[in-house]
Amino acid sequence: MADIRVGRLDDIADGGHKVYATSGREVGVFRVGTKLYAWENHCPHAGGPICQGKIFGQIGEELTPDKRSLGLFYTGQKHIVCPWHGFEFNVETGRHPGDEGTRLKGFPVDVRDGDVWLRLPG
Amino acid sequence: MDDRASAPTGVFELPTIDTLSDTRDLLAHATKEAEKLKDYFVVDSDGHLSEFPFWQEIVARLDNKVYRDMAESFKERPGSPPGLSNAMPGMLYQDMFGRIPHQQRLGEKTPEKPHKMVTLTQRAMDTMGLDYMVTLPTPMLVLGMHPQPEIEAAIGQAFNSWMCEDMLPQEKRMINMIYLPFNDPEAALREVEKHAANPQVVGYMVTSTRYRPVHHDCYMKLYAAIEESGKPISFHSGFHWGDESMKQCNRFLSMHAISFVYYNIIHMTNWVINGIPERFPKMKSMWVESGLAWVPFVMQRLDSEYMMRTSEAPLLKRKPSEYMREMYYTTQPMERDNLDLLQATFKAINAETQLLFATDWPHWDFDLPNSVTQLPFLNEQQKRNILGLNAARLFNLEVPKHKLGSPQPGPVAEAAAAQGVRVSQGR
Ligand code: FES
Repeated sequence: MADIRVGRLDDIADGGHKVYATSGREVGVFRVGTKLYAWENHCPHAGGPICQGKIFGQIGEELTPDKRSLGLFYTGQKHIVCPWHGFEFNVETGRHPGDEGTRLKGFPVDVRDGDVWLRLPG
Repeated sequence: MDDRASAPTGVFELPTIDTLSDTRDLLAHATKEAEKLKDYFVVDSDGHLSEFPFWQEIVARLDNKVYRDMAESFKERPGSPPGLSNAMPGMLYQDMFGRIPHQQRLGEKTPEKPHKMVTLTQRAMDTMGLDYMVTLPTPMLVLGMHPQPEIEAAIGQAFNSWMCEDMLPQEKRMINMIYLPFNDPEAALREVEKHAANPQVVGYMVTSTRYRPVHHDCYMKLYAAIEESGKPISFHSGFHWGDESMKQCNRFLSMHAISFVYYNIIHMTNWVINGIPERFPKMKSMWVESGLAWVPFVMQRLDSEYMMRTSEAPLLKRKPSEYMREMYYTTQPMERDNLDLLQATFKAINAETQLLFATDWPHWDFDLPNSVTQLPFLNEQQKRNILGLNAARLFNLEVPKHKLGSPQPGPVAEAAAAQGVRVSQGR
């Protein structure tokens, strides 16, 4: 394991993300409020650069109590969308919304003195 | 010095991918895979270009001056689809509303020469490790629904002229299946006769999205010419949200998933039950971009009904599935969520000799060579066949010796060979 400083927290907007290439790895760092999440830039579908996609709001479908559709709405959760084929992953859990087993590989990330540090294997 | 103020060394920030990203950056992760395929012969039997950015060049190749003037009159209109093309509902939904940028546009910078379309194709081939790519159009895949058959014929002629005379000579690794304006059988025949001798034309494409029964007598002259040329006819499927059945689907996903299979199921059924393979036994057919799962489904349905109602298909001498097993299929979009089912499908279609790898690049549901190399139930030679050697045979492409898949001789065997002695490779 090695701790690697990749950038400044201030450079990542709340709700935004940055993708860093370092030490033979590519990692996306996502900021949600005061929390950071780090995911490998490798899509479990076919190896695409998942973190270099854009963030979109998760879409839900609202139903009436008697199960009629009221149409689509944004749930408030954020998804990173793979630019290769569109697989979506929750930026906080790294999980695909439709399949528990399809998930991103995460790394520990923290902030020290305003710097973002990743803990990467090797 | 305060370490925190400096930019970290050895760290590079990667940009977000958008419609201006260079194909080589966008597909960089595929390049790593491609390096492992260096001694494989890889043919993409179904790649695409987006022809609308080059539409003015294409319509400039219309032989008919009236249609040429009509098409060019659309040039100045902002926001409308390119003139005469009759682009279909849903076409703009494909990029999932901005989520998949390469489907929307490859707006990257390219040098002045060669032509932008050629550069984009070269970049895709190089990053994915392809030796050849069949370059087919995109919006024209629904041109078969055009209400004016004469316009389909005119655009088909113009596209083939542009592709075969202006684009293909710029890059020998680009090969093409020319567009057949199938709603006008005479015009389709003219296109075959015009381009059949071009070695970069490896076959003829019928876009499946149309309402023309493929067994109609009006096509027999065309099929005879195709059989005579030795090159395959392909049925390239597509979608059409304006189709009355498809209008029942309220999501693009649903319509798209079914449409591509639906048209090829109908054409395959008519093709086999009317005995086209018996009438033209040397004509080779290819079924493109419908995935594979539908094939064993149709085989079973047709075999079952044929055995009970044989007198309705008197030209057949064998079961429908036996004819289907001799046809060719392209991989993409390969259904691989259930590997047991996929393995059974491979067996049913004789994948080892009949299946051709295809990317469908740059469309949103493209496949990479790893869709084949990662299949656990294939052996090395089967992977090589599917990735390129089957296509080499069908399209008559020369394969460099080192890509044939037989093991290279070691230094001892080489030294022996230099003295004219062949060492044993085992019994
Ligand atoms: S590689 Fe990410 S969606 Fe396919």
